[in-house]
Order: sequence, then structure tokens, then C-alpha cells
Amino acid sequence: MKAILSILWKEFVQLRRDPKLFPVIFISPILQLVLLGYAANLDVKNIPSVICDLDRSAASRAFLDDFINSGYFKVEARVERMDEIDRYLDHGDAAMAFVIPREFGDKLAARREASVMLIADGSESQSATIGVNYATMIAAKTTQKIIFEALERAKGLGLKPVLVNAEVRVWYNPELKSRNFMVPGVLGLILMIMTTVLASLGIVRERETGTMEQLIVTPIRPYQLILGKLLPFVLIGLVDATFVIIVARGWFGVPVRGSVALLFALCLPFMLNTLGIGLFVSTISRNQQQAMLTSLFFILPQIVLSGFVFPIENMPKAFQYVTMIIPIRYFFVIIRGIMLKGAGWPELWNQAAALMVLGTAILTLSVTRFRKKLD
Amino acid sequence: MSPLAFIGPVMRKEFRQIRRDSRSLIFMIFLPAFLLLMFGFALNFDVKHIPLALVDQDRSRASRELVEKFGTTEYFDIKAELDRTSDIDGLMAREKVRAALVVPETFSEDLLAGRSPSVQFLIDGANAMSGTIGAGYAASILQSYSQRVTLEAMGRRGLGGLTLPLKTEVRVWYNPELRSARFLVPGLIAFILMIILTTSTAFSIVREKERGTMEQISVSPLGPAALIIGKLVPYVLISLASAHLVLALGWVLFGVAVKGNYFLLLLTMVLFLISGLGQGILISAITRTQQVAFLLSVLTTILPTFILSGFVFPVRNMPGAIQLVTYLVPAKYFLVALRAIILKGVGLAAFWDQVVFLAGFAVLILALSVAMLRKSGEQGRRRRRGR
Repeated sequence: MKAILSILWKEFVQLRRDPKLFPVIFISPILQLVLLGYAANLDVKNIPSVICDLDRSAASRAFLDDFINSGYFKVEARVERMDEIDRYLDHGDAAMAFVIPREFGDKLAARREASVMLIADGSESQSATIGVNYATMIAAKTTQKIIFEALERAKGLGLKPVLVNAEVRVWYNPELKSRNFMVPGVLGLILMIMTTVLASLGIVRERETGTMEQLIVTPIRPYQLILGKLLPFVLIGLVDATFVIIVARGWFGVPVRGSVALLFALCLPFMLNTLGIGLFVSTISRNQQQAMLTSLFFILPQIVLSGFVFPIENMPKAFQYVTMIIPIRYFFVIIRGIMLKGAGWPELWNQAAALMVLGTAILTLSVTRFRKKLD
Repeated sequence: MSPLAFIGPVMRKEFRQIRRDSRSLIFMIFLPAFLLLMFGFALNFDVKHIPLALVDQDRSRASRELVEKFGTTEYFDIKAELDRTSDIDGLMAREKVRAALVVPETFSEDLLAGRSPSVQFLIDGANAMSGTIGAGYAASILQSYSQRVTLEAMGRRGLGGLTLPLKTEVRVWYNPELRSARFLVPGLIAFILMIILTTSTAFSIVREKERGTMEQISVSPLGPAALIIGKLVPYVLISLASAHLVLALGWVLFGVAVKGNYFLLLLTMVLFLISGLGQGILISAITRTQQVAFLLSVLTTILPTFILSGFVFPVRNMPGAIQLVTYLVPAKYFLVALRAIILKGVGLAAFWDQVVFLAGFAVLILALSVAMLRKSGEQGRRRRRGR
């Protein structure tokens, strides 16, 4: 135990020697969180739009008013001819265009099918998807209104419109704020980046400068050495987690509905993984540059395939299987579960178990490799 | 001998050093291609096949018909049929389902009596985007169901045909099938280049500092400009090679051909790479160890290029202050230009302002970083003299 403590102490002294390290470790996560908490916003509102009303009838104006008043679209320009739309979309000044063809009002009055055209800028595909969804919904409402008016006129027949009311209830995040989803994710990312990078580069540096050999000739056992070297990063990770949770809760008002103690407790099996990967990277790298590129190789796919932004269930089946070996995927379910859903141990034990299994596997692998290197 | 004459030897030394570490070289060239491959196939913004739980308390023909409407779309997959609404809780919390439809007992009764029945639709809103879209799908399915029922009733009474009065024709430009890969390829190019280049640059300079070889260089007649140019040209060339590999893969695998002018693309790419280099040098100037340099480069590139550049989240939705911050993210300009060239195929007139911003940013950050590097070198010398 004493040996472990003395290594731990040595590690902290060494970390303190670079005066830039602590600000980077402790302040940058908060800075990142604040920036991203404000920026991560997928609420698509005020989509800049161009309107091309070729009909100029009362019906077309009423129809367009429905769009404008919905709040989802902002009229950037009104143009007279269709080919003028090109310029706005090409330059990125507008992301959608509505075209009402001639005879729109006449056709509606004659109870013939009338059509409107929506043009969306697909180079930003998710805004386009959402915009098109909004627009078709508004158009469907107008359709409904027209049917109802027809029924009104046919009152004598005793027909009533049927309307299936949808009582929509949004759970966990009733205001549908993107922030509530993204901020807990940032906690996972920061924990992963900090611990993996610090561990891999820290250990490789020791080998690069040759001080690892000095440690080997001391009576310290390998497991004591590993524990002493990895524990400081666990502490740093927990402190970062505390900061992030305080800012998320206090500044952004992201709810923490479940148990904070459970959240901290489950950070540990997660860090088993990130530190295991860090140690593994250090055993297969000769210098810090290799360690850096190798840890990027491990970190970047994890960020993208973990469900941080892109839901896993939308990925092709083969990739969904790949994500099963990505530790942060389970951690995201845990953090979001505890913070947003108030989930507890009964709902999360299998995620924690997955983290334990993966973490033990990678840590065992890397410790064996590490010890072989020591011998 | 002018100090610039040393650029050649420094470049040769750097190349030799890179070659000696073949794994790093392979990583620098192929990591971006690997990431594109992985992300291009895996990522998808389409919200489809939302797992749905079903509680049909009515069990009538009408309710089955409505349920079928949900099951046959590609938007929802019925994953569970439950007897009690209280069972939904557990499934949602464990993320087995993300939405639930509850059809009450009185559904068919209401429908027959000509009253408007209601159904309950519950959705997991934790992921706000999927939640919004899912609720939208449900609303439009219900709406079209109501319209059909009404129109059928009207048809039976001989009132008008079965056509809907209004049709919306949707056209999506630049990316007609709304394929996420097309949208992602430009973003991924920016993301990957920025990370690899900035970290490599910061590393190549801090490494010399940490090993003490920087001191040897600083006592030689080599000026800082020659040192930086010599050290960085190899990385620019490697990144350019890597970028072309990514473009070629995007074309072969995802059909993302460069619609616009290739030389414009090359110009913006070089400007972007210079910005990334500048950021790397700046980081190397303010750090002393590779550990901190790496952390700083990762933190200042990964999340900002992912989130502040407009890659995933549209910049126009951000609050004003954050929009100002995005001006410091070169990937933002690069991305607009890249999408314009690759997807829209438009000329310089459409995005010249982005190129100007990018060039301005590149020049500024390069000048700042060289000044900082010179200052940090002088401080280092003074510190050593003081000892």
C-alpha cells in the first residue's frame, strides 16, 4: 500500500511540474461544456426561406400565411420567377423555397387537386429533413381545413369530420431541448479523452525518457506500479466529472433525476475501460507521437459510433454489432439514464455489467502486455 | 547565407524523421481514410425504424387498422405489444422502445358514433431531434388516417371522389435522396484533417522542445521562419495526400463527386491546412510537454469542429455570442466552401466571402503563432541563462 501511495505521490509531483497541465485538465472541460451547451442546438426554427407565389390569389396568400405564422420559417425573399430561387439556395442565403404554381386558387375552388412545391437545400440534410417534415405537416393541416369546409357546406347530410386526436406526451425531456441530450454526452467524452490521453502519453513518456527502467529496478511490484500510475488519472477524472455535473445542473439546468452517487460509482467501471485503452496504447507505442496517433485511432471512432450525436439504432446492422465493443456507448446510456430518466440500478445494471466485462478484458490484456515489457 | 536557405535541410531532416517512424506516417495518411470509411457507412441522420411499443386496449378492427398504419411505415418498428400501459415505463427506461402508442378502449365506439376519438402517443424525448421527428411522423400518420376515414365517409354519401385536395411536391436540391453520406463527406474531411494536422504540427515542435533539441536549433544560424516552414511543409504535403485519398474514397464509395472547380477546392484546402498548422504552432508555442500539447489540440479541434462549425448543428440556430465564437473555427468557413464546391457545384461568386475569411484567419493565426513561438523561445533562453 505504501509503495502505491509513494508512486501516486510521485505522479502528482510530476504532473504539477508542467504548470499548463492543471489548467488544461480542469478549466478546459468547463469552457467546452459552456460553449457546447449553447451551441448544440438542433431545434430548427426560422429556416430562411424564399417564397415564389405565381398564383397571387387569396387562396395562395392564405396558404403561405399558414407557413409563415408557424414560426418554423422566416421569409428571406419573395421572388417573381422560379429561376430566381437558384441564387438564394446556391449562395446559402436560404435553405428552403415554397413555390405556388399558377391556378392554385382556381383548382382548389373547382375542387380539383392543386399542388404546391417545396424545395429544400439537401446539403444540410438534417435541417432539410426537419424543414420538409414541418412543411408537409402544415400542408396536411391545410388539407384538413379544406375537407372540413367541404363538410360544412354539406351540413344537411349529417356528416361530421372524424379527427383522431393525438395526445402526444414527451417523456424525460418535455421541452425537447437538445441541450439536455448533449450536455450529459460531453461529460462522457471529456472523461474518455482526459483519461485515455493522459494515461497513454504519461506512460510512454516515462519509457521514452528511460525513467521506467529506474522504477523497475526498485522493489516495487508491477501491480503496485500500475495502480500508482493509473490512480491519479481516476482522481482527475472524478474531479472533472464533478465540475461538469455542477455546471450542467447549475448553469444549464440539466436535470439530474437519479442518484448522483450511482453516477459517480459507475464512472469507475467506465474509467476501467478508458485507462485500460490508455495503458494498451502505451504498450504498443514506441514514442509519444505514435501513442498520440494510436489513441486518436481509438478515440475518434468511439465518439462517432457511440450514440453521442448519431443514434445507434439508425446505423446499419453490422455497425450496430461493432458498437457493442465500444465502452462509451454503455456509459452514455448510464449518464443519460441517470440524469434525464431518473433510472437506477435495476434499469442500468446490464450497462454497468457490460462496462465491467469490457474493462476487465482490456485492462487484463494491457497489464499482461505491460508486465511482459517490464520483464 | 540567408536564413531561408536552411528550409531545405530542415525539411529533409523532418522527412527523414517521419520516415523513420513508419507507423506514424501510415497513421497520418490512412487514419483519415479509415475514419471516413467507418463514419460514412455507419452514420445516418435519418430517423427511421423507431422501436415502438403498442397497447391496444380496444382490440377492434378499427384499432387494428390504425396500428397497422404505424407498423407498415418505415418510421416505426413495432417491438412489443403490451397489455398494460404501466409496462411501458420499464421498456422506455431501458431504451428497448423509444415510443409507445396507446389506443383506448373507446376508440372504435367513438369512431362509429362519429365522435373524434383520441389516442395517446408517448415518445422518449431525451434525444430532442429524434423525439421531434418521431412525434411529427406520428402526427402525420394519424392525420392521414383521419382524412381517409372522413373521405371514405364522404365517398359513401356520394360527396366528391377520394382524392385529397392538396398535394405537396417535395424537391431536395444538391442531395436529392437526402443521403447523409453526401452531407457528411465534406464535414468529415474538415473534421479529420483538422485533428490530424493540428496535433501532428503541435507535436513536431513540442517534441524538439521536450527533448532539448530545440535549444540546439536555436543556437544555430537558423531563423524561426525557416525552421517553421521547413518543419511544416512535410506535414502539409502529407495532409494534402491524405485529403485526396479521402476525396477519392468519397467518390468511389459514396458517389460524392466534386461538382465544382477542382482548383478552387485545392485553394480552399491549402488555406484550411495553413489554418490548422497555425493552430498547431500556436499550441506548441504555449506548451512545453507533448502530453499537454496533445490534450490541448484534441480539445480545441475535436469538439469545436464537430459542434461549432455547422457540421452537425446549424450555426444560425446558435445564440449570438456563440455565433461570434464560431468565427474562430476555421472549419466553419471551410465547410461552407467545401459544400458549395463539392455538393452544389457553384462558382466562387457564391462563397468568396468564406474564402476571404479563411485566408484572413490563416494569415492571422500563422503570424500570431510565429510571434508566440519566437517569444517562447526567447523566454526559454532567458530562463536557462538565469539558472
